[in-house]
Amino acid sequence: MLTSVKTLSTALGLALAATLAWAGPASAAKAPPPPSQNWSFEGVFGKFDRAAKQRGFQVYTEVCASCHGLRLMSYRNLSALGYTDDEIKAYAAQFEVQDGPDEFGEMFFRPAEPKDRFVEPFANAREAAAANGGAVPPDLTLMTKARKNGADYLYALLTGYRDEAPEGFELSDTQYYNDFYPGHAIAMAPPLWPDGVEYADGTPATVEQQARDLTTFLSWTAEPEMEERKSMGHAVILFILFFIVVAYFNKRRLWAQLH
Amino acid sequence: MSSTSPDPEFTGVVRWIDRRLPIFTMMHKEYKAFPVPKNLNYFWSFGALASITLIVMIATGIILAMQYQPNTALAFDSVERIMRDVNYGWLIRYIHMNGASMFFIVVYIHIFRGLYYGSYKEPRELLWILGVIILVLMMGAAFMGYVLPWGQMSLWGATVITNLFSAFPLVGEDLVTLLWGGFSVDNPTLNRFFALHYLLPFVILGVVVLHVAALHIPGSNNPTGIEPKGPQDTVNFHPFMTSKDMIGIGFYLLLFAALVFFAPNFLGHPDNYIPANPQVTPPHIVPEWYFLPYYAILRSFTDDWWVFLVVFSWWGVDAKLAGVLAMFGSLVVLALVPWLDTSRVKSARYRPIYKWAVALFVINFLILGWVGGKEAEEPYVTIAQLSTIYYFLHFLVFMPVIGWIERPKPLPSSISQSVLSPAE
Repeated sequence: MLTSVKTLSTALGLALAATLAWAGPASAAKAPPPPSQNWSFEGVFGKFDRAAKQRGFQVYTEVCASCHGLRLMSYRNLSALGYTDDEIKAYAAQFEVQDGPDEFGEMFFRPAEPKDRFVEPFANAREAAAANGGAVPPDLTLMTKARKNGADYLYALLTGYRDEAPEGFELSDTQYYNDFYPGHAIAMAPPLWPDGVEYADGTPATVEQQARDLTTFLSWTAEPEMEERKSMGHAVILFILFFIVVAYFNKRRLWAQLH
Repeated sequence: MSSTSPDPEFTGVVRWIDRRLPIFTMMHKEYKAFPVPKNLNYFWSFGALASITLIVMIATGIILAMQYQPNTALAFDSVERIMRDVNYGWLIRYIHMNGASMFFIVVYIHIFRGLYYGSYKEPRELLWILGVIILVLMMGAAFMGYVLPWGQMSLWGATVITNLFSAFPLVGEDLVTLLWGGFSVDNPTLNRFFALHYLLPFVILGVVVLHVAALHIPGSNNPTGIEPKGPQDTVNFHPFMTSKDMIGIGFYLLLFAALVFFAPNFLGHPDNYIPANPQVTPPHIVPEWYFLPYYAILRSFTDDWWVFLVVFSWWGVDAKLAGVLAMFGSLVVLALVPWLDTSRVKSARYRPIYKWAVALFVINFLILGWVGGKEAEEPYVTIAQLSTIYYFLHFLVFMPVIGWIERPKPLPSSISQSVLSPAE
């Protein structure tokens, strides 16, 4: 069935198969839908829980960042988490970016600055694959938008590992069993452990808590405009309702002349 | 009360211009004094809503094009840059993205209105055909627009749909190479799709002008389907129809804003937030929701389907080509509706059988859309095939036959009479 393909011709052939032939049921075992969670940022009035965002950022930095990038985020964006300019500068300065050429035509490395994009953990996809048993860890910036039921799915995935695969399920040496990953065999080792991070604000770092915070943080990286968007939406909807009322009475007044 | 059209008296600069280029006279004639039947219901606002959507799409599209990069290496990130770093870029982009959905919602209802009230019948056949041409052009524009963000569904949707053209005998393969500008969907494809995506809306605008011009010859149909018999049956377009349209526009904006501000990705597909990757095929390639009914028709044609065997296979057409022909045919039969409908009565209000046939057609169209989004497995295959049969039966059999056998209800003698003593 449709898995990854190596050559162009097979890719095209498979695409055609997908369109034009009713292939059999998808062979990849379907994962159950993730259970629905309550999120601070849900609904038309939802906002990101800022403390959870900060804790999630800590989990990202200490756990995820060694393999997963946030290539669409800039360090300056961290001001939305409530960090000061100096804190952001200090955070960025831990990373090195290549710059140049300088006046002698040489490329050089310098500490990252707030204006820079998050430095990626690997130089390129080949290096990422080589370091991770052939599987490239996906960039996380848009993760909650790039999966169905994004936030719920991410939380379910992070908390959905089983110590052992069910009887009869074949896993290779580099795979782990996850209830919610499509096909269940995931190449990412369980990333979160109880007290795997020590939260600066003293919140007990259970796996669920870390997963919840990280999901909040990554929902923000996926939709940094969300709070502004919703609050503008409230004003726009109120204006439109007012517009409808005015339009209604205007129409009634005009059409009354006709009868 | 009735419509009146006193000749406008212009003075000063307006008069000077109008004597040389009578645009003010034209606007007065076509948008103020233009007589419309006084019994139009809110279904008649959808043409105006579609025009507004087109303008919104062109306006937001031009702004997006200033920031977008039609290059496979840059396209995805340039869209994300619009979302993140361009001032209100997220707003413009979400309006454009959901505007495509709003366009199809509005146009599908507009088409349904035409089907229900017989707006395609004499003297409005060309008006109807121009409308179908607009629909086809919209599909082209929407399809190519969806490719531009260069996500996974952009790439693979484009691959699947462009590959359809390879089904045509002799020229098929060359046609696909021409579409691609190479041997796969790649940078040249993205470049030409961007160019065409920028061009098509203006082509649509041109056909819309013709559509409106063709409308302003006979004037609007109306819920009775009886042509106005004099000024007592009509009102001036402005301020009467415009004041009514304003209410329609209000509710339209309400839905539009709800999508843009609170559920901007509800109608999209998550896979398109994954950058395009020719090495990884998404497990389930689906087009945007507004294409799903046609996609279901396309996929219905399998090697072992009896309709395919009976209608196509014996003259050397394979299942793939049959599906493509059926998909295009589904739009061709729509264009032929003025001649497929044999009834002399326009409005379904006075057509006791056809009324139900239209309702069933709409339900069937929704079912096609539903199965079009499902994976290719039972029972969806069978449902899609039955619905495909029904789609064509409706146009090719039910429409002519109902016109012959149906006994229409008595028509009111005029629009005014129907308003004073409604048939229902």
